[in-house]
Amino acid sequence: MSAPAPSLYSENAKQIAAGLGLKMGRPNLEAFADTLLELARADRNIIAVTSDSRGSGKLTPFGQSLPKQIVEMGIAEQNLVGVAAGLASAGKHVFAVSPACFLTARSLEQIKNDIAYSDNPVTLVGISAGVSYGALGTTHHSLHDFAALRAINNLIVIAPADNFETQAAVKFAAATNKPIYLRFGKAPIYELPVAPFEAGRARVLRAGNDAALIASGETAIHALLAAEWLAINHNMQCRVLSLHTIKPLDTEVILACAKDCRAVTTVEEHMIYGGLGEACAGVIAQSDARCKFKIVGIPDEYTVTGSQADIFRHYGISMEGLAQTALTLIA
Amino acid sequence: MAFTDQQLSKKSWQYRRQTLEIIKHAGAGHTGGSLSCLDILNVLYNRVMNVTPENFADASRDRYVQSKGHSVEALFVVLADKGFFPFSELETLCQYQSHFVGHPTRKVGGVEQNTGALGHGLPISVGMAIAGKMDDANYRVYTLLGDGELAEGSNWEAALAASHYQLDNLTAIIDCNTLQITGHTRDVMNNEPLDEKFAAFGWAVRRVDGHDFAALTEALSSPLETGKPSAIIAETIKGKGVSFMENVGKWHHGVPSDEEYQKALAEIAAHLAECEATV
Ligand SMILES: [Mg+2]
Repeated sequence: MSAPAPSLYSENAKQIAAGLGLKMGRPNLEAFADTLLELARADRNIIAVTSDSRGSGKLTPFGQSLPKQIVEMGIAEQNLVGVAAGLASAGKHVFAVSPACFLTARSLEQIKNDIAYSDNPVTLVGISAGVSYGALGTTHHSLHDFAALRAINNLIVIAPADNFETQAAVKFAAATNKPIYLRFGKAPIYELPVAPFEAGRARVLRAGNDAALIASGETAIHALLAAEWLAINHNMQCRVLSLHTIKPLDTEVILACAKDCRAVTTVEEHMIYGGLGEACAGVIAQSDARCKFKIVGIPDEYTVTGSQADIFRHYGISMEGLAQTALTLIA
Repeated sequence: MAFTDQQLSKKSWQYRRQTLEIIKHAGAGHTGGSLSCLDILNVLYNRVMNVTPENFADASRDRYVQSKGHSVEALFVVLADKGFFPFSELETLCQYQSHFVGHPTRKVGGVEQNTGALGHGLPISVGMAIAGKMDDANYRVYTLLGDGELAEGSNWEAALAASHYQLDNLTAIIDCNTLQITGHTRDVMNNEPLDEKFAAFGWAVRRVDGHDFAALTEALSSPLETGKPSAIIAETIKGKGVSFMENVGKWHHGVPSDEEYQKALAEIAAHLAECEATV
């Protein structure tokens, strides 16, 4: 008998979400797989390449429906990315799907040279990203991928926040002849308030001028819940952004936060070095705008053991943690 | 236009002269490995592959990926001769703001893929060959690897995939000059018997004299065996054609002094004169 997986949301957080009318969606992984299948049915040049990862990538139905559009590479991520580059150079629109931890570490040189430098239109799909694999430990975590990939020329980096952003990002990738990295997790995720998606432009989830919460990927829901909690309990109006595109960065919207708000908190499922937070800090520090600033993420330490929910809570990536950070920053 | 072996031989000597010219002018380059693979490139581009500046955008063209990207000077002189760009442009090789980088890039006409880090060409070529099979296309994919390069594990991941997918439209050529930067490959990290390794990975294998135009032509023109990728182990001489460079490790990326340069050009001129007499 196994214990139920700990929830990413406290009972209080669930109540706030209910108050906002938010519905629980599916895992972004499933939204990705369904969207890719739908697109691939209409375009036989869309190819999925996997490294013994079609099950974990939810691509088993894809493989059954379109067996000629999926290429298995076995457990060989360097070859996965190199082969994806070759397929793309011969006219295929390739989605290379592998756990983010392996894809962006073991194959980093292939990503840098064969995809980005050679400008091959491959979408690298990092599944079960961040600390999705929880207690499996550091080997299975990708807390370096934003930092590593931001430092590579000619690569768009997107971490969608919910099912809608995931679907939109996959459609964007399929319609774009540029190297792209998408990363998302495997836990069910709330559907965020409706706002249009455009790659490279942040989605404004909530307006406010007291403080700003800038979030990437699946931490955005926690930022939104924290803002709502602060509004209810402290009469504070926080701006919340889903900054799904880590590169190229929406500098305008980041600077507006720094100018309009006294405090800016960033949050990401990534190490605090080299990711969203330091990207925002770089934009603000090189401008005239000044504000209090805090980066929430995984610190530079041996990551605590636990489920994704345990790790999030431990490092303050939660409604309660982010609300407290924003209050401390503004005090 | 079909070239005779004698005509190819003359081209190779011209390529050797041009290779030394651009390396001397740039003050940098990979001399030994460029000279060892020139006869292979000569046969590929002038006899085997269906690649020209005119058809380079056609999906049906044959493809060449130079995995041993450091021997870029050999590739550039052959591409110039094929008419992808004027040879005179190579004056800018490695210079400020030149698109002629010291490794292949697609900014240069005729280059399929950016290479230079070793162990990348074979996986990319496997991808191209799989695409060819998907599309029922007739093109062939060629990639050139160094013998030292085979220590990179990614090659063997790709070697598995190539036989798994029965890529008989793929030919990997090993420029087996037996040397790498530190010394003899057998001493640095032995990879022989290479033929048995590739055969064990499911490839059809042939060893050829990598300076024999007829043998190269025969080995490269079609799959060695239906349903299997082809590995051509081309036994070559590093520094081939310049007596004092042949089989001498320091010419891996040695640039000749003025005196050495004149001596090398004189040797090559004598070979060219011989060719003129016989062609
Ligand atoms: Mg060698």
